[in-house]
Amino acid sequence: MNVQAMHIANGIVNGPVSAIFAVFAVAALAYCVRRGRADLDERLVPMAGLVAAFIFAVQMLNFQVLPGVSGHLLGGTLAVILVGPWVGALCVSTVLIVQCLLFADGGLTALGLNITNMALLGTAAGYLLVAGLLRVLPKNPGGLGASALIASIVSVVVASQGFVLEYALGGTTQLSLPAISGTMAGVHILIGIGEGLIAATTVATVARVRPDLVYALRRFRKPAVLPVEVAA
Amino acid sequence: MKRKWFWFAGLFVALVLAGVVSNFASSSPDGLDAAARQGCTFNADDEITGGTCMAQQEKGHQLGGSPLADYGIKGIDNPYLSTGLAGVAGVLLTFAIGGGLFWVARRRTPA
Repeated sequence: MNVQAMHIANGIVNGPVSAIFAVFAVAALAYCVRRGRADLDERLVPMAGLVAAFIFAVQMLNFQVLPGVSGHLLGGTLAVILVGPWVGALCVSTVLIVQCLLFADGGLTALGLNITNMALLGTAAGYLLVAGLLRVLPKNPGGLGASALIASIVSVVVASQGFVLEYALGGTTQLSLPAISGTMAGVHILIGIGEGLIAATTVATVARVRPDLVYALRRFRKPAVLPVEVAA
Repeated sequence: MKRKWFWFAGLFVALVLAGVVSNFASSSPDGLDAAARQGCTFNADDEITGGTCMAQQEKGHQLGGSPLADYGIKGIDNPYLSTGLAGVAGVLLTFAIGGGLFWVARRRTPA
């Protein structure tokens, strides 16, 4: 059985552009480690390992979105809600590195591109949306699930446009960029809906069973309270 | 639910998804792959026979010969067993590698 994954293969984007994104990815991940350490207490360490393992598992589950086209969860939004933005990006990166080095999935040369799209752009978009949505939606399993659904759709489309940018900079073939952008966005909206349903079910379940283990319910503070602390 | 049981339950769900449910996943090309193949024609061996598409210059994986390549275990002929065991190995390896790295990077001083 051929399990596919939504990772850029070798040779689709040229070497120099792949190398630039590899350097960017390493620098960004180093920054995530620095920021993420503050979050990594004895409760978050096993949770982060579990989130990475869970994303690996769910990425194997390709679902049909169109005749002859499938997709799978990328996991950025799910990770951000459960373990926060910095550790979340590191979780998705861990999955991509394991897939690339051990499962020959996603080109070795393209690893920086894939990390940039799925672990950095996807999680950043997911984090910003979830943080914003939880200011208006209730901080309960329902509100969390709704946030996960909406943020997943946007996050997956943003990740897909990351690829379009990389292809624009260093694509090895000359094809119409608007056409590629449109095709990628269209199919990834459908994939995002699938991802959103999986992410919403997962975070709502965790929020019901162990709400204290959901990062988004403990740590996403409303920025409105900060000025008071700064002034004091 | 006690925290210890939560970890076990979570890992168990991941193992079942990767070890069993993965065999029922769609084998169609995914969104990116389908977009990359658009415009080209392919023969029965999945080789490009004509047209222009993003996948034209695609190269094989440097580690394509590794024992777990393409989510199967080299040497196991039963496709269900091969995919399932590769999935179980992947979940355990990701948990061990990820958990290990996060443990090394953990916060040492109370916040």
